[in-house]
Amino acid sequence: MFDELRDLYQEVILDHGKSPRNFRTLENATCLAHGNNPICGDMLVVYLTLDDDRRLADVAFQGQGCAISVASASMMTEILKGKTRDEAKRLYKGFHDMCTKDGFDVSELGDFDEDAIDRLKMLSGVREFPIRVKCATLAWHTMQAAVDGEENISTE
Amino acid sequence: MNKESTAVDLAQQAAAGDNFTAAYDIERIRADFPILKQKVYGKPLVYLDNGASAQKPRQVLDAMNEAYETYYSNVHRGVHWTSQTSTEAFEGSRKKVAAFLNAVSENEIIFTRGATEAINLVAASWGGANLNPGDEVILSHMEHHSNIVPWQILRQQKGIELKIVPIDDDGNFLFDEYQKMLSEKTKMVAVTHVSNALGTIVPVVDVIRLAHDKGALVLLDGCQAVPHMAVDVQALDADFYVFSGHKLYGPTAIGVLWGREDLLNAMPPYQSGGDMISSVTFEKTTFKKSPHRFEAGTPAITEAIGLGAAIDYVGAVGLGSISAHEQGVLQYASERLQAVEGLRIIGQAREKASIISFVIDGIHAHDLGTFVDRAGVAVRVGHHCAQPVMERYGIAATARASFGLYNTREEVDVLTDALIQAKEFFG
Ligand SMILES: Cc1ncc(COP(=O)(O)O)c(C=O)c1O
Repeated sequence: MFDELRDLYQEVILDHGKSPRNFRTLENATCLAHGNNPICGDMLVVYLTLDDDRRLADVAFQGQGCAISVASASMMTEILKGKTRDEAKRLYKGFHDMCTKDGFDVSELGDFDEDAIDRLKMLSGVREFPIRVKCATLAWHTMQAAVDGEENISTE
Repeated sequence: MNKESTAVDLAQQAAAGDNFTAAYDIERIRADFPILKQKVYGKPLVYLDNGASAQKPRQVLDAMNEAYETYYSNVHRGVHWTSQTSTEAFEGSRKKVAAFLNAVSENEIIFTRGATEAINLVAASWGGANLNPGDEVILSHMEHHSNIVPWQILRQQKGIELKIVPIDDDGNFLFDEYQKMLSEKTKMVAVTHVSNALGTIVPVVDVIRLAHDKGALVLLDGCQAVPHMAVDVQALDADFYVFSGHKLYGPTAIGVLWGREDLLNAMPPYQSGGDMISSVTFEKTTFKKSPHRFEAGTPAITEAIGLGAAIDYVGAVGLGSISAHEQGVLQYASERLQAVEGLRIIGQAREKASIISFVIDGIHAHDLGTFVDRAGVAVRVGHHCAQPVMERYGIAATARASFGLYNTREEVDVLTDALIQAKEFFG
């Protein structure tokens, strides 16, 4: 019984779920968005500070959610720091595809930190748990909304 | 139709004799539910999500199949044999529902798509015709969204006020607060009979008595009550009572609005079209009386027949016996779950139906749900369409085990073991 569950809840995911990185508010955020998943009550706020050349100088989040949604948000903040808006959007799309389509590899997305990409790949286990895909993608939808200047998104 | 002897046959035999209490034969009952033989991930299905929807006994499936295979047709419209036979079966179900609720007459039974539609019907039709700005409708803090939103829409349209009866930390309905809220302005008290999120049984007899003292009507949401206890709308002295068939071991897409006949016949139609008019000319249409006034269009015929079979089934097993059995399982489950370290039961009201909501420190309900699913256990996780309840307890979600007439203590053990394993897993 544990084997399939381990594919979903890998150690790294449990670790990020329990001790999320960049779990704080950004006082001087240039954009933020609220994301919620009405099915399970998960609620996140994603904060971004964009610098002059449209890079994400800082990325953070706050809120509550299941291990998958918190881990995904935590990993997202790590990998996006220092990236441009366009890179962030490209990764958003790539991550979404990885969570929903078999055989999609985020490594092909270009110049991202390899370890961080490896960690992200661990979340692809949600493909086998379709009801949990929204947990994994909530933070990403929210980040995308923040970048686009929308304030509230819902994954239903 | 199947001639094997079933729990229902046995229960009927037992009921005929006088030593019925010995007759709760759980193995027989379980054998009536084909899905309970199903394995999920190689493990026996442990279905503890009856609050969301209950499984169907073979008797219900057979009744629906028999209708489709031998006499199905549209109702109230044909001179031919199939239409007459279908109409008899459909109207026969209405009589069964009337007897089930101890209604005065089957004219008080309106078939709807479910409890949601039934509440919307009352809010739109009765509320639309009878409420004025400043009038008050009282709800409780435990309502399902389906007994909140229709009244909020009415508030927008009519300028009425909504008052919410609070609950205490254990999930008890705060009767004193309710009493203080009542006034001459109160026109309707719409409360749940049993809370789907907490299991609380609301003291509806007293709720109704006090409301009537002020001249207000009472609508009870009986979704989570009718599967667990006998309901007598006359003894309760209620005005409207609603429930959904699918939580009572019947099919989806069929539910019931019971209302006092005088009230119903004074209410305007909810939807309009075929089957609900006495006569139509381009100048004037006259509407039929209840129930047909409120059943525009072709109804859910086979589903109504299935609901009738479900009511027969529950009646044959006996709601008294079901309730006694479920209370035993509830008590056992409360003890076992409470012994799990870090587990907190949300909702410990003095009187409860067999529903247990809980949270475990450090593990989100969603993760628990996924984990126990792999042990074959189906529980609901989330806010249970009762977000105000979650907000009351400052939590985003709970896991909920809701027990039905076929659940056992062994199944409680499977759930408990899975939760203990989940604690190790998520550490
Ligand atoms: C207390 C209560 N009221 C209303 C409903 C709505 O029932 P339905 O979705 O069948 O209309 C439910 C179902 O979850 C419920 O538990």
